Amino acid sequence: MTASLTLVIVAAVLFGTGITVMLERSLTRVLIGFLLVGNGVNLFMFTMAGAPGLAPILGEGVDPDAISDPLPQAFILTAIVINLGLTAFMLALIYRSWWLAQLGERGDLIVDEDEMAEDAEETADLYRSSEEDDRAVQAVLEASDEDGGRR
Amino acid sequence: MTDALVPLMVLLPLLGAALALMLGRRQRAQMAVSTVVLAAVAAIAAVLLAQVDASGSGVAVAIGAWPPPFGIVLVVDRLSAIMIIISALMLLGVLVYAVGQGIADQHRETPVSIFHPTYLILSAGVFNAFIAGDLFNLYVGFEILLSASYVLLTLGGTGERIRAGVTYIIVSLVSSLFFLSAVALVYGATGTVNIAQLSVRLAELPLDVQLILHLLLLIAFGIKAAVFPLSFWLPDSYPTAPAPVTAVFAGLLTKVGVYAIIRTETVIFPESDLSTLFLVIGGLTLAVGILGALTQADIKRLLSFTLVSHIGYMIFGIGLASIVGLAATIYYVIHHISVQTTLFLTTGLIERFGGSTSITRLGGLRRASPMLAVLFFVPAMNLGGIPPFSGFLGKVGLFVAGADAAGGPPASETLGTSSPGPDWLIWTVIGIGAATSLVTLYALTRFWNLAFWRPKSELEGYRSRIIDSVQEAPAGATVVATRTTPVLMLAATAALVALTIALTVFAGPLFELSGRAAENLRDASVYVSIVFPGGVR
Repeated sequence: MTASLTLVIVAAVLFGTGITVMLERSLTRVLIGFLLVGNGVNLFMFTMAGAPGLAPILGEGVDPDAISDPLPQAFILTAIVINLGLTAFMLALIYRSWWLAQLGERGDLIVDEDEMAEDAEETADLYRSSEEDDRAVQAVLEASDEDGGRR
Repeated sequence: MTDALVPLMVLLPLLGAALALMLGRRQRAQMAVSTVVLAAVAAIAAVLLAQVDASGSGVAVAIGAWPPPFGIVLVVDRLSAIMIIISALMLLGVLVYAVGQGIADQHRETPVSIFHPTYLILSAGVFNAFIAGDLFNLYVGFEILLSASYVLLTLGGTGERIRAGVTYIIVSLVSSLFFLSAVALVYGATGTVNIAQLSVRLAELPLDVQLILHLLLLIAFGIKAAVFPLSFWLPDSYPTAPAPVTAVFAGLLTKVGVYAIIRTETVIFPESDLSTLFLVIGGLTLAVGILGALTQADIKRLLSFTLVSHIGYMIFGIGLASIVGLAATIYYVIHHISVQTTLFLTTGLIERFGGSTSITRLGGLRRASPMLAVLFFVPAMNLGGIPPFSGFLGKVGLFVAGADAAGGPPASETLGTSSPGPDWLIWTVIGIGAATSLVTLYALTRFWNLAFWRPKSELEGYRSRIIDSVQEAPAGATVVATRTTPVLMLAATAALVALTIALTVFAGPLFELSGRAAENLRDASVYVSIVFPGGVR
């Protein structure tokens, strides 16, 4: 069996980086690590097909020995689909986990219109005050620029 | 004719899941679909078991008429058929229980509309794993059941379940990556994933290459089966799920791992001999698991630890590498699936009735509900290994098989070319096994004494040395006690308790059946001849 060295190296790098990222505390990074290792495994499986050949479609005048091995490709396709589904689920889980961390389970019950109006007001206040802050900062900056210009 | 029935065992639950999803708003129709599908699978498995038991070999079906080893092949032999029957019966019993619970309290933690489809997909994955004739299909079966289990475990998305679910999901993802890498390596080494063909081709590889592939597969299966160093995730994640979900997970999911290990040892790697490793791991799993159980105040966590511990019995049985050992293992698997599931269901009832699952907060349950007391006492004694229950018979079977193996078994009794481990090791593990059985009994009777026999009036300010050192579950959720226990939940639990008693009453025929199933696994050639009647190239 001959295998492409490049693919082996890429797979190894994906494994290494993926496992490193997976060891982090943040769930999003764990997911990214899982995706990297998952792709590493897929590439690894691809190298198991041996030397690349023609597209694996049998027809007239196609030498069966010249085509590449279709089975690992079928495996990889299946694995990609499974990974896609799991990624979607993990993202939902991470979002839910973030939601619970930010708002707690009480967060599910916020439907109170007064509270929402209050929230909106608070946000508007925040914007206003931050705008004022921005203006003040800008004024200071401009003043210092003018100072610099005079010197 | 019966060939057509084999794919139905996977197809029916999948189609049923689709149908149940479409009927999302009509609960009664959903229940009808799930019940009919699971009953049908149990019936099909019974027919197939009768057939393969009579013919003495098995049925192999090539999907899409692509001949093996090119196509996907589904194989049913005695072991597969037995596993599917017992799983289908358990799934059915738990489903009835879950329906009873869902009807009784329509609260937001159990959104029933997705429960049924997910549950059926989980069943499809379990059945697919049991009849998979190639390694990649086994992987797909595992993924199907795992994906469904992620959803079931985090049902309702409460904080505690999300926290527990994250551990479970990440551990499972890693084990799947191990499995997939192992499949890739096996394919690279042999050019096939067909299990029957693998057993021939892997044997031709150098022994060290075999060992690497063998261990890689065992790690993947070991995480699923929760054997000792790989079992840390289980007691943390299972207890937080709803009672019926925990029951199914505890009963079935770990046993799918055990089943895969049995197949690995008997068919895929009959030449590569790891008996000693199995004995050591089995002994450690038994000891570490049960010591964990001792310190738990929460009955759900206590049962999760005994679950880990008792996996050790099965690993021990596999490690004996003899027909008798394997027969006892298969009987023990049947016993353990049913008893562990039943106990978790009873725990669900206790939680509803007593408002807690902790021995420090429960009391006077015997007086409050004699029916519940019986439903807990019988499976608890069974798990603890009190004669004449199946737990006792299974353990005795394993110990006798161990003693036989230690005495140097006749050549006709061993599996393939394997040899059992050293005698002193087998005797040690038998000793650990007996001690584990006693400690299990202690942990369960302690719960019984405090929760059922202690009068409710003594609960306030109760002090005793036996609960000095126990630990409460982290963030133990308080459940509102509901004095009404739905008839359907009680009936389902009672039916499963009756089933565990039936396993005792019909222990003779069942042991013989397990013996015949083990006989089929004597060497890989039986399995190979099912898939390739004309011999494999």
